[in-house]
Amino acid sequence: MNSEQILPVSHRDLAARRGASPWRMLARFRRYRRACMSFAIFLGIWQLGTTGKSWLGHPIPILCQAPSPGAVLAAWGQLVLEPAYWQSWYLSFTRVALGFLAAASVGIPFGLMIAISPLFRGMIFPVFELLRPIPPLAWVPASIIFWPTQELSIDFVIFLGAFYTIVINVVGGAANIDARLIQAARSMGGSRWNIFRRLVLPGVIPSICVGLETGIGITWEVVVAAEMISGGGAGGSGGASGGLGFFIWNSYIGGSYPDIVVGMISIGIAGYLSSAAMRFAASKATPWLRER
Amino acid sequence: MSAALNPARRGALTIDNAVKIYDPEGARVLAVDHCSLHIPAGEICMIVGPSGCGKTTLLNAIAGFHDLDEGSIHLDGRMLCGPGRPKAEVGPDRIVVFQNGALFPWKTNLDNVAFGPMVQKRLSRAAARDKARQLMAEAGLSGYENSYPGEISSGLRRRVEIVRALMNDPTILLLDEPYRALDALTKSVMHEALLETYYRTGITIFFITHDLEEAIFLGHRVVIMTSRPCRPKLIMDVDIPHPRDYTVLTSKRFRELVHATEAAVHEEALKSFALGEKEG
Repeated sequence: MNSEQILPVSHRDLAARRGASPWRMLARFRRYRRACMSFAIFLGIWQLGTTGKSWLGHPIPILCQAPSPGAVLAAWGQLVLEPAYWQSWYLSFTRVALGFLAAASVGIPFGLMIAISPLFRGMIFPVFELLRPIPPLAWVPASIIFWPTQELSIDFVIFLGAFYTIVINVVGGAANIDARLIQAARSMGGSRWNIFRRLVLPGVIPSICVGLETGIGITWEVVVAAEMISGGGAGGSGGASGGLGFFIWNSYIGGSYPDIVVGMISIGIAGYLSSAAMRFAASKATPWLRER
Repeated sequence: MSAALNPARRGALTIDNAVKIYDPEGARVLAVDHCSLHIPAGEICMIVGPSGCGKTTLLNAIAGFHDLDEGSIHLDGRMLCGPGRPKAEVGPDRIVVFQNGALFPWKTNLDNVAFGPMVQKRLSRAAARDKARQLMAEAGLSGYENSYPGEISSGLRRRVEIVRALMNDPTILLLDEPYRALDALTKSVMHEALLETYYRTGITIFFITHDLEEAIFLGHRVVIMTSRPCRPKLIMDVDIPHPRDYTVLTSKRFRELVHATEAAVHEEALKSFALGEKEG
């Protein structure tokens, strides 16, 4: 320890230093190192399981049937050259984006209305609570009948998947705003509009973020199943152009098992990317909650 | 002393025969019973009582958060609530500083302080922030303008909140056990900071606490309340001259005053304990 570190420093100085400290950089590296190790162990077990097939005379569950990592990688290497594979990505992403944006832009104002208007809440909430437990996938057949195109029916089911979560989070977030904050704002002369705009709105942002993060995860669950059930929507039946969910289903029908795993991993990556994007947006939207 | 500091002599508060009954499901609970109290302009009046004795009910009535069932409250001769108007209007002339603080977590400290004049449209955003910066500097809070309340210590937060209250140019400050959650060492620093603010502004202070020593150290007068229903049991003038600093705490006179009032406070605390009152 050098003498400079013994000098009295305020916690603000420390906070400023923290970013550049070598210890901190090492900690970050350590985290990546652990992530690499965890992937390596995962792949190792997978490889051993698929080549060995059995352990002490018993077949290893799941893995003994699965294609090996090498086979999956080879299949993937083939697929990335095919536009149809990327078309699947594009289709699923568009569906998720459309359904999710619709859910956010309807769900957030809807939740706020329930939160601030007792009349609206009284009229709407009972029906909402009755519809909420119905799983989005239960809507697939009805949705295909109601909506003019398959594409719209898939979008609608995705919308439902995210919508309920977003609304519930907004309502809960608004209810959790400290009553004293409202009293303080009223004392200082805040009008109703001021209290809504400067208190309720920023007060529910963290809950909105939680709702959006959870919601986008659900949209990926829903899109895959909806594509499988509906036969791939607009681009359906022909090859792998019906979205990632349909891609998996199609690979199963076609019997190309490595492609199934490629599809699964692709969805994992897509879901991770969307959640990471939401988390990033959330941390930008709530600077007061950032790690310090 | 207070007259010289508060030349406008603003903030004289008169509570006259205040009665408040809580009536949840028909169980009539008398929270405040014919409570009368006059606080002259520029006084630091300390209200001491055990938890749940009804002190906060009284403060809520002054602030306008709750109504009164009987009696009246006047501020500088103007009726806040009374016959025909059970609930006072909430206004920036009476700002409350709460026990756990009520800074807006999503606003920086500076924007918290600037909030009042801005929403009242008394000042533009830029002018409000300028004034906020200046008041924060006077209170020794320079350097914390752009932090969020969650980034600073709870002691600092409470000081920011008092500055935010002063921004509104209130007639009276209503403090509801603001230092309760702080540790003893931080508390003593906060007490001196509050007194320093008082010596600068001469503002009338209505301060609720359950801490007798805090009350005697800060107040011109200490009002010890009875427990359920709440009404003044003992009113004591603290004849220790202002300005005071922490050395007062070890002075002979301070100890004498604590001794003189301890028994009364203890008696009410026992009553409150027997009633099984919740803290807070």
